[in-house]
Amino acid sequence: MPRRNDIAKILVIGSGPIVIGQSAEFDYSGTQACKALKAEGYEVVLVNSNPASIMTDPEVADRTYVEPLTLAYLEEILRVETEMMGDGFVAGTTADSSAALRNDSQKGKGNDNGQGKGNDNGQGGNDNGQGIGKGRGIFAVLPTVGGQTALNLAVDLADAGVLEKFGVELIGAKLEAIKKAEDRLLFKDAMNKIGLDMPKSMLVNNTSSGLEFAAKLGFPVVIRPSFTLGGSGGGIAYNREELMEILARGLDLSPVHECLIEESVLGWKEYELEVVRDLKDNVVIICSIENFDAMGVHTGDSITVAPAQTLTDREYQRMRDAAIAVIREIGVETGGSNVQFAVNPQNGRMTVIEMNPRVSRSSALASKATGFPIAKIAARLAVGYTLDELQNDITKATPACFEPTIDYVVVKIPKWQFEKFPGSDETLGPQMKSVGEVMAIGRTFKEALMKAVRSLETGKKGTDDGIDPRRLRQRLVTPSPERLAYLRYAFDTGMSVRDAARYTGMDPWFLHQMKQIAEELKVVAEVGIEKIDAQALLAAKRMGLSDERLAATFGVKEDGAAKVRALRKKLGVKPVYKLVDTCAAEFESLTPYMYSCYDEEDEAAPTAKKKVIILGSGPNRIGQGIEFDYCCCHAAFALREDGFETIMVNCNPETVSTDYDTSDRLYFEPLTLEDVLAVYEHEASGGAEIGMIVQFGGQTPLNLSLPLKAAGVPIIGTSPESIDLAEDRKRFGKLITELGIPQPQGAMATSVEEALAGARRVTYPVLVRPSYVLGGRAMVIAYDDADVVRYMSTAIEYSQERPVLIDHFLEDAQEVDVDALCDGKDVIIAGIMQHIEEAGVHSGDSSCVLPAVDLTPEVLETIRAYTRKLVMSLNVIGLANLQFAVQRGTVFVIEVNPRASRTVPYVSKATGIQLAKIASRLMTGRTLKELLPEELASGKDLSTGEHFFVKSPVFPWGKFMGVDPVLGPEMRSTGEVTGVARTFGEAFAKAQTAAGLHLPVKGTVFFSVNTRDKESVAPLARRFVEMGFKLVATHGTADVLEDAGMQVERVFAVKEGRPNVVDLIKSDRIQLIVNTPSGQMSVFDEAAIRRAAVSARVATITTLAATRAAADGIEALQKGEYHVESLQELHASRGGSF
Amino acid sequence: MRAILALEDGRLFWGKAFGAGSNANGPAVERVGEVVFNTSLTGYQEIFTDPSYAGQIVVLTNPHIGNYGTSPSDAESGRPYIEGLVVREFSPVSSNWRSTEVADEYLERNGVPVIAEIDTRAVVRHLRANGCLRGVISTAVEDTDALVAKARAHKKMDGTDLASVVTTKTSYAWDASEPKNETGDALLPGVDAGAKETLHVVAYDFGIKQNILRMLTRENCRVTVVPAKTTAAEVLAMAPDGVFFSNGPGDPEPLEYAVANVRELQGKVPLFGICLGHQIFGLALGGKTYKLKFGHHGGNHPIKNLATGKVEITAQNHNFNVDPESLPEDVVRTHTNLNDDTLAGLKHATDPMFSVQYHPEASPGPHDSHYLFRDFRKMMEGWKK
Repeated sequence: MPRRNDIAKILVIGSGPIVIGQSAEFDYSGTQACKALKAEGYEVVLVNSNPASIMTDPEVADRTYVEPLTLAYLEEILRVETEMMGDGFVAGTTADSSAALRNDSQKGKGNDNGQGKGNDNGQGGNDNGQGIGKGRGIFAVLPTVGGQTALNLAVDLADAGVLEKFGVELIGAKLEAIKKAEDRLLFKDAMNKIGLDMPKSMLVNNTSSGLEFAAKLGFPVVIRPSFTLGGSGGGIAYNREELMEILARGLDLSPVHECLIEESVLGWKEYELEVVRDLKDNVVIICSIENFDAMGVHTGDSITVAPAQTLTDREYQRMRDAAIAVIREIGVETGGSNVQFAVNPQNGRMTVIEMNPRVSRSSALASKATGFPIAKIAARLAVGYTLDELQNDITKATPACFEPTIDYVVVKIPKWQFEKFPGSDETLGPQMKSVGEVMAIGRTFKEALMKAVRSLETGKKGTDDGIDPRRLRQRLVTPSPERLAYLRYAFDTGMSVRDAARYTGMDPWFLHQMKQIAEELKVVAEVGIEKIDAQALLAAKRMGLSDERLAATFGVKEDGAAKVRALRKKLGVKPVYKLVDTCAAEFESLTPYMYSCYDEEDEAAPTAKKKVIILGSGPNRIGQGIEFDYCCCHAAFALREDGFETIMVNCNPETVSTDYDTSDRLYFEPLTLEDVLAVYEHEASGGAEIGMIVQFGGQTPLNLSLPLKAAGVPIIGTSPESIDLAEDRKRFGKLITELGIPQPQGAMATSVEEALAGARRVTYPVLVRPSYVLGGRAMVIAYDDADVVRYMSTAIEYSQERPVLIDHFLEDAQEVDVDALCDGKDVIIAGIMQHIEEAGVHSGDSSCVLPAVDLTPEVLETIRAYTRKLVMSLNVIGLANLQFAVQRGTVFVIEVNPRASRTVPYVSKATGIQLAKIASRLMTGRTLKELLPEELASGKDLSTGEHFFVKSPVFPWGKFMGVDPVLGPEMRSTGEVTGVARTFGEAFAKAQTAAGLHLPVKGTVFFSVNTRDKESVAPLARRFVEMGFKLVATHGTADVLEDAGMQVERVFAVKEGRPNVVDLIKSDRIQLIVNTPSGQMSVFDEAAIRRAAVSARVATITTLAATRAAADGIEALQKGEYHVESLQELHASRGGSF
Repeated sequence: MRAILALEDGRLFWGKAFGAGSNANGPAVERVGEVVFNTSLTGYQEIFTDPSYAGQIVVLTNPHIGNYGTSPSDAESGRPYIEGLVVREFSPVSSNWRSTEVADEYLERNGVPVIAEIDTRAVVRHLRANGCLRGVISTAVEDTDALVAKARAHKKMDGTDLASVVTTKTSYAWDASEPKNETGDALLPGVDAGAKETLHVVAYDFGIKQNILRMLTRENCRVTVVPAKTTAAEVLAMAPDGVFFSNGPGDPEPLEYAVANVRELQGKVPLFGICLGHQIFGLALGGKTYKLKFGHHGGNHPIKNLATGKVEITAQNHNFNVDPESLPEDVVRTHTNLNDDTLAGLKHATDPMFSVQYHPEASPGPHDSHYLFRDFRKMMEGWKK
């Protein structure tokens, strides 16, 4: 079947902000889908609230709505878009198919009906058969590339009758298929019908029936809440008490108040197959994935391996048949799905665990692991193509209708950040807790595993880092992020594979591989660095061992890695590069997607073109998210246009940057000095002109910039010395003083004594943090000596080279972020963003607004002047991000980062000027005069038109129970959203809504403010009263409000007695919390309130500035109007250019 | 212990010896054969024991081989037929509940040498560029020139009748009750309700894979396996409901006796051919066969069924192919290989006979084409009426 000509317009639903369980993989899949559909000539409309994504770039779709992903906004977008189609609109089939669904949802006929009619309709509306192009036809919604968020929204739209109302058709997966796959009961029935085994299970909606069923099954049992993301709220219960606790939480978190109690298949082998199907019922398996961790750990938190390693053909084909039967029975008509299986290692019993009727984290991994672009193909299948009509992108000669075969091994390891959430439980289970992942490709499992381990950037050098031998067995039995390190330790110290397998439940084959590595290291250690020959060194390198690891094994301390590298050079031991080609070299591949290994033949000779190498940002993590991937991609796009050969190096499988389409050449490699240097030397060996960009990938490449430069790599843009200067406190402080710019007093310390002396000198309160970090890792505000001592003794590691930094903390200040472009001669201020939270909250965790709403013209001018001075004196070529604090009219500079920042994509989308593209061009010697002549001549900041753009963070509190959800200098948000509107209030309300914090339009507001805020709280509270809200307050605040003539219900603070505020929150009596922190005194109260608020999902506001914004927002919401506007319209209205 | 793979064009690959000849105290082992590569990710034991690989040294592109050991029920015949095995990494341990013997021991016991830890991708790229090459695997690595000379001196496969070497010496009735013959495939269609009547199939063994016999059993067929050179008259005397022509090694052209048998049986009884059997059909129907540059060996080749328009992912193992241009008009092309547009299946316009170039019995490989055995049964039922 060729392309469906009856469709005119397609709405793609994105996945929203980055959260645990839904990360950059949906930017990758969504971008691929949009591009593929646009290339097919459809009018593509996109909605996604995440400004940091590539998919929300204005070129990716025809109209891009950066709007909250809620039913109300989606409905408005559908309304606007159908209206826009006017007479050209042809009703789709939703009405028919959902009607069919209601009649016979159990019979599995609904979607056949719908589809048949859809085609007929379409043909009728398009009788000349040339529907290509925009205009007449059906409006369709593609919900399968935006993760669970998009899928859930599609269900909501259908259930609310919105699809029917507008005559919009779902493509990719029909409603019935989605429900069958997502609803555990329907899924179980479907599996029964096709004779597939599942773990015994029952759906419950109260704890007593849960207990009853668990007693029948016997403990342990697994609890899985229905319809939650990344297994949120799930768990394993080993006894009644645990079951009650987990079940109660799970029922609460499930939007349908329902949990599955399931027979435990703990310790079974876990597999996943990526399946793609077309409308002609051709089905192919793209990739098999085997989990290194046995069943019991969420797939997103498991180390996984592709292809499956321990299945015989008979077992594999049985699984393949089952996966195909599942996708057919569930009725996913087109596109990608994944099916998970558990296999009992004792007898081979195979059970189906679940299936996702959409592209997923695993399909992104499978795409990168095989070179088969699942989302891109899925999008084209959704509009009618069949697999045999599409080409294999990599070979360009064979069809896409095949099953990739691979001649290497792929290992994925999740990246966890428990250090950001002190007090959280590090045990891994059915609820995903990792924030990102790395993937590595090697010729063998050993090589891939070791490459993946070093891609993680854990900062650990040896195997014994942080190992507690006494806890060895417990650490093997209980899954945690450290289990791999403990396994290595176990084999180093002689544990047998059999014992390790018994403790971990992992397949002995994998463990045997690890044992082989341990044995190799012993051999290497015995030979020593002096005597080792080329063959022995090669053998070690073929196991994936890094120079650094070998140096540690040799016992070479000083410059160890450099010495091993020098030895390798002398002995001629260097990596070669091989291609990922989908076919194990059976056919020639024309796509340069490479990985390194220590085999014989290199097949990726460099070209003669002038080239730029862009270093990516590695695994997604808090503080270093997809914003940096966005910048790297933009550099690749811009410089390719400018005639450079663009070369990407990265190890994150979720991202757009590791799509082989993004750059001319892709090296899927760890971002370590060794691996990056090897790529550079390989590319430079052709003799062509070459430059490397390090300022776009966040801290990861920046940490490499000085050693790379020292090794002779030409770094383009701002020099590594300038980057270093900006991060070097002493030298930077000196520069600031010379420029006459105020800055908070600072000190450095490498001991507790120095820290105390420093803190007293700069005066309390002080901000304490380690040097060279991004995202404020391990930062605190210290109010007294005791805080400093506690921090220095427990929080972090510090050394002579990496001292602790201590700054006077500006209380009550307003923070401001600035992004600027500089070419060495001219400076353009791209955006001045005013934070909504007060200073002290990490900039990544603070909401901010563009343009600034209440900074005086004088302050703005001062900020501009300081910015110009600073970027010029740092010789910035490219981007710089500056942070200022404004305290009582005085502007202080907090820090300058001469590199791309988190806010670059947000500012780019607000201004319509793509900063990263311009910056990358500046690095190649082009000028602002040439690239932005008008903007430069005007001397003004880049315009954001008539609109306000509010960026708000999204937090993972729900995943880390027991962690105090308080904001501070340590960044904890995983992602961000943007709200766009004509008023600040509406933009703020949209951002809050998009972030999942619903501002109430009626009800009760709780106020508890600190002494400073008591002066200004009354007028604000009055606004809420005028809007019809009731007030509740603690005594101190209540006194102020009553004095101002308002009626207030008094409530006890937590420590005072009961009923207290927490009781009110828990009994749903509070709809909004305004609680401004009062230093050290009421920490306990605040923690308790916020904890209760998080679990009751009540919005909590911690500054009066944000409260003011919330009041504006609520006022806008009360009008009940939903305005939506596409970025393209916003940019066009002010003549912006991309 | 070191081992070497020497190709006829002088290219050498050094590696580590496993299997036969890998014992430093034992005698060195040397094997000559045509070097081919297989891209299947699973099913190495089925590949070792597929008689179609007689005379061939097999390079497996999956870098990890041996992981799940070996088991009697995964054998496709009584013993391994490959001359030698070339892999990137050979597992010295096995991990699977079905495994009864480590792959290393299994191959050593059966006299098959293994060369591991070589850049198999480089070998594959070399074969892709240069076509099939003869080669030697040897654990006596000193005189490389002599090894290359041996490879060159080895008789080419083209024009050699290998089927009569690997075929059964005597006729036998396939015993479906043997426990190891159970397929264990829970998702396969069971015996058709309409297939109560047992049909008798005579299967020519040119190197037959046992899963073909299992698949025929599944279709409620009683199977008599006969030697390659059994005459058509002898077969007809067994009163078969259908005659099957099996897969097998090497070049179909020298198999004139088999071609003659097909011509004699055509139109008298339903015929079904797989792989070599398909090539024999091609020749018998008046077509020509030719050698592919490096053949098709793997488990991921897309085949389009031209009648339904649907695509099957198939197992393939052949170096020769039927030239569709050479076939007369009464032969219908039924299947096409989508990778290179080669002929993948044919049937006669009027007589009950059809054949496919690939392996619907899979083992190893996807089960997408199992329906062909059902088609054969239906053809036999229809012919009986």
